[in-house]
Amino acid sequence: MTAKTTTTAYEGVIGLEIHAELETESKMFCGCAVVDSTTAAPNTYVCPICLGFPGVLPVINKRAVEFAIKVGLALNCEIATVNVFARKSYFYPDLPKGYQISQYELPLCKNGWTEIDLPDGSTKRIGIRRAHLEEDTGKSIHVGGSSLIDFNRSGVPLLEIVTEPDIRNGIEAEAFGRKLRAILQYLGVNSGDMSKGVLRMEPNISVRPVGSTEFRTRTEVKNLNSIRSVQRASDYEIERHIKVWESGGEVVQATMGWDEARQQTVLQRTKESAHDYRYFPEPDLPILNTSREWVEAIRAHLPELPDTKRDRLMKAGLSRYDASVLVADRPVADYFERVMQAGADPKKGANWIINELFARMNKAALSAERVNEQKVSPEALAGLIKLVDAGTINNNAAKKVLDAVFAEGGEPSAWVAKLGLEQTQDTSAVEAAVEKVLGANPGETDRFCAGEEKVFKFLIGQVMREGRGKFPAELANDVLTAKLNARCGKS
Amino acid sequence: MTLTDWTISETLARLRSREISAVELTQAYLDRISAVEPKVNAFLTVTGEQALQQAKAADSLRAQGEDRPLLGVPLGIKDVLCTEGVSTTAGSKILKGFVPPFTATSVQRLFGAGAVMLGKMNTDEFAMGSSTENSGYHVTHNPWDLKRIPGGSSGGSAAAVAARMVAGALGTDTGGSVRQPAAMCGIVGIKPSYGRVSRYGLIAFASSLDQVGAMARSVEDAALILEVMAGHDPLDSTSMNVPVPNYRAGMRSDLKGVRVGVPKEYFIEGIEAEVEASVRAAIEHLKALGAEIREVSLPHTAYGIPIYYLIAPAEASANLARFEGVRYGARIEGADMWESYKTTRGRGFGPEVKRRIMLGTYALSAGYYDAYYLKAQKGRTLIRQDFEKAFAEVDVIATPTTPRAAFLIGEKVDDPLQMYLEDVFTITVNLAGICGISLPCGKDVNQMPIGLQLLGPAFGEEKILHAAHAYEQSTDWHKRAPSL
Repeated sequence: MTAKTTTTAYEGVIGLEIHAELETESKMFCGCAVVDSTTAAPNTYVCPICLGFPGVLPVINKRAVEFAIKVGLALNCEIATVNVFARKSYFYPDLPKGYQISQYELPLCKNGWTEIDLPDGSTKRIGIRRAHLEEDTGKSIHVGGSSLIDFNRSGVPLLEIVTEPDIRNGIEAEAFGRKLRAILQYLGVNSGDMSKGVLRMEPNISVRPVGSTEFRTRTEVKNLNSIRSVQRASDYEIERHIKVWESGGEVVQATMGWDEARQQTVLQRTKESAHDYRYFPEPDLPILNTSREWVEAIRAHLPELPDTKRDRLMKAGLSRYDASVLVADRPVADYFERVMQAGADPKKGANWIINELFARMNKAALSAERVNEQKVSPEALAGLIKLVDAGTINNNAAKKVLDAVFAEGGEPSAWVAKLGLEQTQDTSAVEAAVEKVLGANPGETDRFCAGEEKVFKFLIGQVMREGRGKFPAELANDVLTAKLNARCGKS
Repeated sequence: MTLTDWTISETLARLRSREISAVELTQAYLDRISAVEPKVNAFLTVTGEQALQQAKAADSLRAQGEDRPLLGVPLGIKDVLCTEGVSTTAGSKILKGFVPPFTATSVQRLFGAGAVMLGKMNTDEFAMGSSTENSGYHVTHNPWDLKRIPGGSSGGSAAAVAARMVAGALGTDTGGSVRQPAAMCGIVGIKPSYGRVSRYGLIAFASSLDQVGAMARSVEDAALILEVMAGHDPLDSTSMNVPVPNYRAGMRSDLKGVRVGVPKEYFIEGIEAEVEASVRAAIEHLKALGAEIREVSLPHTAYGIPIYYLIAPAEASANLARFEGVRYGARIEGADMWESYKTTRGRGFGPEVKRRIMLGTYALSAGYYDAYYLKAQKGRTLIRQDFEKAFAEVDVIATPTTPRAAFLIGEKVDDPLQMYLEDVFTITVNLAGICGISLPCGKDVNQMPIGLQLLGPAFGEEKILHAAHAYEQSTDWHKRAPSL
């Protein structure tokens, strides 16, 4: 075999499979309450039906169907009028009936789409192949050599959403994940908390030469507990596939797991051990008719969705990308709206949240959706922005105040006083500082006068440092310019 | 005539007149069980103590001036119906020791009407069989000839009703399991239309075919039990919200204006001569009562068995997946989880159940689904249409219930296909979702009972009950009792 030179450029082909628990009052087919299965005592929200006892029968939870229709409508799907549930058979101890009630040939929602906003400012439409209702399984907990099963989750309504393979890389997967999560949150059907497993995203990944339309062998990645992991795992798999193809090998169809600690995928099982699910229509449930009238009534009552909110924020002056970042998490969007309501300029508010607040949260290992768990209230942030606007403090001082409020809470104005950051209106103090800086840097002064204007930046920095955050930037600027001009003229 | 010989109607009259108490009655039945059960083996569990408690409660209610449709009437419950606090095995070793935490809706409604439960009746394992020989526990004997099978799968219920060990019983019918044993034991058994009675708490064999039915010693008794348990149940989405008529009010002794169809496909080669003769005589009798007899055609009848043996096992293969010993029932530990699954299911299920799980798993497998399951569903539609066409012209259809009367124990155990053919006249009724009743209409050369089957359209129970009642009132087959 002759070694071939590798000049092929590849692109990733990703379709996402999402499982979203629908946070209804009761389970999909019985009256048990839907609870947070990470905190409720195991097996306390169970009954003969969700435990799969002999002789029990399922009854459809109408609210779950309504929630699913809401999601379908928000994803621009066609909503079926005739719905058939099906049994998906496989053996596992956390699947009490030995089959899962799902939908197969006739899903509730199909042929939808949603648009994602990418960091480079571009947008992209991602197709939704289908979304169907099913029931969740129990949870297996492996302890040492034995396994325990918690059936609290068994029978919780689950919406499985499958995208078209329109996603090309981890960034797009992440953008889609955020968009979908926002939609679920806005609809009030799912908290979006992937770490609790109420929302699970599994990318199916393959690669192909750019320009090709083929579909090569794909792998599926499971155990992703954050949207960021979806991005990383997708990019990792794309790289891995490319390496396999480039080295003359062949990608094997498999299910991979994501090792969060090592930031890499690990093989879970190959296709040989795949199940034959033996789907057939669920005889215990009649055909579910979802009438046009019902669907339209649900559509009429949909809340404001992320795209609408984004457009509204753009009208208020935000860039498309900033607006899409803010609306991506329901709690962030709500936080931002409260900052605006408290009187802050929208653009400035967006900048402070995205550039300053998020950076501090990131350092504190708080993801954006946990914005309400940090100490800077929307009103405090608005107050801080107003202090800058009024010239009470400059930007640098404001960042210090934000650090303080973020660390310990409290009112920004109180911190300004406590830290002594209020800007001086005393021109003579600024003049003195400028004189001192120019005196200490004669070389730089000469270079400026020789036409090297960038030296100004260095000098103003020195002046501001002298002011310890108290000099208003504009004043310092004016004084330095005047003094420099005077010196240049002299020489 | 002793008090255990009375029909339910006769019994209720005496309970209401305070001629007897429910406790006396229940004790009489328990005595009869002690005397006869060792020969018949109809029960899996006798609940004597609970029965006497229920009887006592019934007596005190009556003493307070209350009356209910079945107050104080002792009945048997097929062991595929869940009963809270009372062992329920579905005739399977895999459910040995299983005590349900709830009661099936059908049984709960009987209790609500004041019925007393004498025990749980033997059945083919998971109701899969036509002779009760597939019980994981023991074989039930036909009270008319202890060497013979009682039919199945509700063989325990049928034998106990015939042997006067219970006043009536619940059976379940997936392909004939109420009507066939009723015919073979010389009693009345009605399979209601699909959706007429709640299936909640009925351990499923084939969900789209299963129905709970009533078994008794008169048509009127069967009608009474059905009236009590029929009707919509919010726990069963396949139970229909159709009003339940007062069936007994619609029963007349003549059949004027009733059109009775006789399907030519049911009088086929291989049918026992006495069976054909008895059923034809019964049809003549219906005519004498004023019925108009018409020949009808049900052309897809012959496909009933192959269609049934694809659909029923397919559903069963999924319905029985839950029995793996993880949450209830027997568990036989293996080296690891999958070994435990295999050992539990391998030893817990009997051969017929395994055979049907295999058949069903195969029929649903990728690549075979269209050729088997889907095609069977299309065939099922044709069978349903056959009946719809026929019922456009007639009110009821009269046929033999079975091709032959009860055969000998062990005669067909090695030939599952021969056993399947026993259900040829009953199976299409379940596939079509319509109703059917079997009532005694003769004896064969071995003096074994022969059943007349009357079929009605979906939710047309009052039509078949009326015709059956009229026939019964002018004959005495139902009054004959086996000597034990």
